[in-house]
Amino acid sequence: MNKTFIILKHEFRQTLKNKSFIILTLALPLLAILGLGIYQGVQHWYHPGAPQEVRIGYLDRTGMFGSYTSQPGVLFVLYPDEEQAKDALLAKDIKEYFVIPSDYLSSGLITRYTTSRDVEPSKKITGQITDFLLSNLLAGEVSPQVMERVKTPLLLASVRLDETGEIASSQDVVSSFVVPIVFALLFMISIFFASGFLFQSVTEEKENRVIEILLSSVSSRQLLVGKVLGLGAAGLIQVAVWLITVIVFSQVAQGIIPALSDLSIPASLIGWGLVYFILGYLLFAALYAGVGSIGATAREGQGWSTIFVLPAILPYYFSYFIVSSPESAVSRALTFFPLTSPITSMMRLATHGISAWEIALSLVILAGSIALTMWFAAKIFRVFLLMYGKRPALREIIRYVREA
Amino acid sequence: MRAIMNTVETFQISKSFKGIKVVDNVSFSIGPGEIFGMVGPNGAGKTTTIRMLMDIIKPDSGEIKILGEPINEAIKNRIGYLPEERGLYRKLTVSESLSYLAALKNMRRRLARERAEELLKRVNMLPHKDKKTDELSHGMGQLIQFVATILHNPELVVFDEPFAALDPVNTQLLKELILELRSQGKSVILSTHMMNQVEELCDRILMINKGQAVLYGSLAEIKSRYRNNSVFLECDRLPEGLPGMVGSKSHLKYIELFLDGRTSPQEVLSALISKGVTVGRFEVSTPSLNEIFIQVVKEGR
Repeated sequence: MNKTFIILKHEFRQTLKNKSFIILTLALPLLAILGLGIYQGVQHWYHPGAPQEVRIGYLDRTGMFGSYTSQPGVLFVLYPDEEQAKDALLAKDIKEYFVIPSDYLSSGLITRYTTSRDVEPSKKITGQITDFLLSNLLAGEVSPQVMERVKTPLLLASVRLDETGEIASSQDVVSSFVVPIVFALLFMISIFFASGFLFQSVTEEKENRVIEILLSSVSSRQLLVGKVLGLGAAGLIQVAVWLITVIVFSQVAQGIIPALSDLSIPASLIGWGLVYFILGYLLFAALYAGVGSIGATAREGQGWSTIFVLPAILPYYFSYFIVSSPESAVSRALTFFPLTSPITSMMRLATHGISAWEIALSLVILAGSIALTMWFAAKIFRVFLLMYGKRPALREIIRYVREA
Repeated sequence: MRAIMNTVETFQISKSFKGIKVVDNVSFSIGPGEIFGMVGPNGAGKTTTIRMLMDIIKPDSGEIKILGEPINEAIKNRIGYLPEERGLYRKLTVSESLSYLAALKNMRRRLARERAEELLKRVNMLPHKDKKTDELSHGMGQLIQFVATILHNPELVVFDEPFAALDPVNTQLLKELILELRSQGKSVILSTHMMNQVEELCDRILMINKGQAVLYGSLAEIKSRYRNNSVFLECDRLPEGLPGMVGSKSHLKYIELFLDGRTSPQEVLSALISKGVTVGRFEVSTPSLNEIFIQVVKEGR
């Protein structure tokens, strides 16, 4: 059997047996099942009764506000004087009361009395009072339809058109914001997890001093390739489990939770997601392998890895921005910078805010960077695997690579 | 081509790190069925030489042939290497570690398992085969590494400081196993700075100092070359007029007789006996390898 394949198989198996890998992989499906279960349970056991009617008292010094005292969810109770209103408030008979002064028509001023600490009334109450006032003010002046429109003059429905003027395929908020971010997050976790495992496996063999025994059986290139592919395969398994979870969840959730009825994950997004996952993984794997071989211990290597982990999480800080304005210069720059490219592209793909040439260019840049880092990592790998002792300076690393 | 091919053949290999020659123009060969000692002080270049043999690092110049060929993947399957810096996977069990390392030598799974059991039994480690190497003592770990080195039945076995940190019982066990390898016709390279072990086990040696081969040949031949023509004598009295004697020196319990180099110790002994001397001890002085080593290293300075 090919030795690279033996290493691949070994690393793949060891990763699948690893507890943290299993926990992380199964966490998402478990969470999804749990979430749906809780939702179902709540739906089943909790039957909200008729909404409690709120009673709000008022004093009318204009004599104009005698009708329409019953608005949806609230009953307005007229009191002849303030003493009675206050007593009713203190007896918790009413929630609050307000006074319409005699000069209301000219001033518009209304004083509200409440025992609750939030002096600023809630939007709901403000709306209810407004509706009550409007109904009384316009009674007889306009038709009921006009009254309805005065109360709610705007019911906004936005329709997004794509470049050709057609109605874009995804319209709702959930799939245009949540899906790309969640999607990118899952892929990024998997990329970092798999390449982190690679890093661990390299440093572990170095720390354990198994490395020299291995190198007497295989070449450093076989070792590197076997490891990268083996852990990548494990990462793919994880991603597959997650994708299946997401697909099944979205199908099931659509039927159960009305708010998610528009949730759909297009197949093209999944396909591109896999492409960017593989490329992203290869890039970070090469970086991690190189860094892992330099340090004598895992801790030492960890310090080095910050150099590329920090830029890699940049798209997350910008995630809202990328999703809301995918065609901005910043989004473009993050698409083309190799370390941020996979994740940014995935977000933009999910928002349909990326054009074909940008995908092509980002893929070319990624492939180029992967080739370069792999070549570099293989060199570093060979030189530094057997070096313990002092951490080399960057200048030294470059010289060794040149000599190797 | 000779009838018996040499297992290892190096021709003027050199290697420099940071402009310093760590191995300088070293040539040697090792035949089947011999234990070859590679000796020298720390930092002399032994490990670098071995790593070049194993193809872990490439020589700057010179030529290496293992089992008649420049090293390649097929050849790597026929050699076993126990490095000085060695360890095991901590999270794997003994059998898992062994089967992975054997697989990397292209050994069949079943065969590897059978042979691992057999060897583990030899080193009394069979009861521990399902333990994680984490749970083993340092010495036990060493025995497992030894098993891993010879598991795939290699024709060339390289041991770099194999006895370090082993207790006397296990040291003896390992020595027996190494001698067994020789009797099976394997070539064994033993790299160490412990001279008594080299004297005990090795047929031929290469002594390296500062990257250069300073002594190379059979142990017996080297020792006789460094013999200083003296004998140690314990007797009741020292008679006058012994043949070829040029001087003597009294030690606490014995007398050291210096001979002229033309007279054999045999003649001295028969002269002693003919003079009626009661001889308690008569020993031809051969310097220990340790003394030769120190002498050579001093001369090299």
